[in-house]
Amino acid sequence: MKAVEVHDLAFRYRNGRVLDGISFVVEAGEVLGVIGPNSAGKTTLLRLLSRVLVPETGKITLFGRDLDALSKREVARTVAVVPQEFQVAFPFTVGQVVAMGRYPHARGIGFETGEDRRAAEQALEETGTRHLAGKYLDQLSGGEKQRVVIARALAQEPRILLLDEPMAHLDFNHQMEILRLLRRLKAERGLTIILVSHDLNAAAGCSDRLLLLKGGTVLTAGRPEEVMRAEILESAYGCPIWIGTDPQTGMIRILPRP
Amino acid sequence: MRRRLLGVMAVLTAGLAAAVVLALSVGTVGIGWVQTMAILGANVLPLPVFWTEAEETIVLTLRLPRVLLAVVVGSALSLAGAGFQAISRNPLADPAVLGVSSGAAFGVVMGVFTGFGAGAGVLLLPLFGAAGALVAAVTVYGIASIEGRLPIQTLLLAGVVVSLFFSSAIMVASALIRAEELRGIVFYLIGQLRLTDYPTLGVVVGCLLVGTGLIYLQALPLNLLAAGEEAAAQLGAEPERVKRIIFVACSLVTGAAVSVSGSVAFVGLMVPHAVRLCLGPDNRLVIPASLLAGAMFLVLTDTLARTVAAPVEIPVGAVTSFLGAPVFAYLLRTRYRGVYP
Repeated sequence: MKAVEVHDLAFRYRNGRVLDGISFVVEAGEVLGVIGPNSAGKTTLLRLLSRVLVPETGKITLFGRDLDALSKREVARTVAVVPQEFQVAFPFTVGQVVAMGRYPHARGIGFETGEDRRAAEQALEETGTRHLAGKYLDQLSGGEKQRVVIARALAQEPRILLLDEPMAHLDFNHQMEILRLLRRLKAERGLTIILVSHDLNAAAGCSDRLLLLKGGTVLTAGRPEEVMRAEILESAYGCPIWIGTDPQTGMIRILPRP
Repeated sequence: MRRRLLGVMAVLTAGLAAAVVLALSVGTVGIGWVQTMAILGANVLPLPVFWTEAEETIVLTLRLPRVLLAVVVGSALSLAGAGFQAISRNPLADPAVLGVSSGAAFGVVMGVFTGFGAGAGVLLLPLFGAAGALVAAVTVYGIASIEGRLPIQTLLLAGVVVSLFFSSAIMVASALIRAEELRGIVFYLIGQLRLTDYPTLGVVVGCLLVGTGLIYLQALPLNLLAAGEEAAAQLGAEPERVKRIIFVACSLVTGAAVSVSGSVAFVGLMVPHAVRLCLGPDNRLVIPASLLAGAMFLVLTDTLARTVAAPVEIPVGAVTSFLGAPVFAYLLRTRYRGVYP
């Protein structure tokens, strides 16, 4: 089953930045890492997939259904987004922020149902944030906050999770914590995950396949060992790159060379 | 949640009722609160008459219309404040601070100017006010928004500019208006609860009910907007539609309130803030609670305004500004951490 099919997608911002001729497929239950240099169009691609932006041409289908044909709430029941920045203007508690993820399922004025409470509880449980439910977002550490934002996305009960730089601004320990969480969500919820990251090591470590973008087009796509090759990455990033293997785990390691 | 809402509404309704009785019983002639309640109750219950005719006239004819007006204006301004704060993601938004009240006052003056100041035309003045408020609100938003966000600095400056513009426009218009109509116009500038006839009050109440319904139906999407428009859209809300509805509804209630009271500042700022301090920021609670708390607040401040220096009456707008300006300054210094998303 194909979770996401993108065919010949094009989009242009008013300030000239573009995505052009993007095509790829993500299988259900797969983790796709989207990598590439700055202004390659990675975040724009996530915005198009979550229907915040509408493509100029091209087609996106989610589980065989045309994204155009879905209502906004249907989209939000299929796709949840963990944005790069998340700030709340008023002092909502963690519990309230996570419960907001239930909006795509709400009816009428939107008082929570038992089903809403159960889904929010489960999301808090899975991300290990239940003990934070009464706190405010600005009382949390970076790692805690990121898990709360993921919990909000899980409360949507989506089939596809989009994450924009989920490990940015986090220390090693918390980066690994997020990676373990994503692996568990893939295994236990069968979520399809699309992950945008600048961190090539993390992307290579947790993705089944990688999509390398540059200047708004797809440079290469494939399994991590196919994409993480010095000549490919050097042409994408324009600097010398060393690629090796971690002797203990056998994982690919990538380092830029000055 | 539903039970909490009902509990809060019950407490606030009781508080409002107590405030109304208090407002009806104090003044130049003091009337006991038991008598006041009995005079009110005699309309529906067969009570033995133990009060004088003069007392009945004071309560029902002199004080009641003004107290009802305070109820309506206080609810309308607090509701509009809560709505503007939610869409601008900014606790400092208030119809007067944003210049929306000035726009409404200008709309009302235009209504008078074009011949709706007398007879049945008076019933349309709330709608003139609403139109002026909407023009001002949309203008402020247009000036202040930068790439879809409303930074606090530009929002406040845009409010000042729009407010000054419409105040000047009112002065120009009032210079052109005939002298006998001028006296009425001046009320729109100070913010004072005047005695109004019941049909006009009915129109204002109608606007308030429509506005309340429109805003309350958006309570949940307004919560989502606290995390920014893109985050709200990704949850399936439609930020542009929500903003349009809130702009229209808040302008309607502000315009209606201003058409009978002029610009009473800071009610829309203080009341929702106090409500959020007690109940948290969930708009499903904040909106209905602000409505009742705002009514209670203005009934009490207007009672203060007409008794503190009796027999001289202070405009209630002056009292709310005396209370509100320090609260505004406090919020600006403490609640403002950089630009909201």
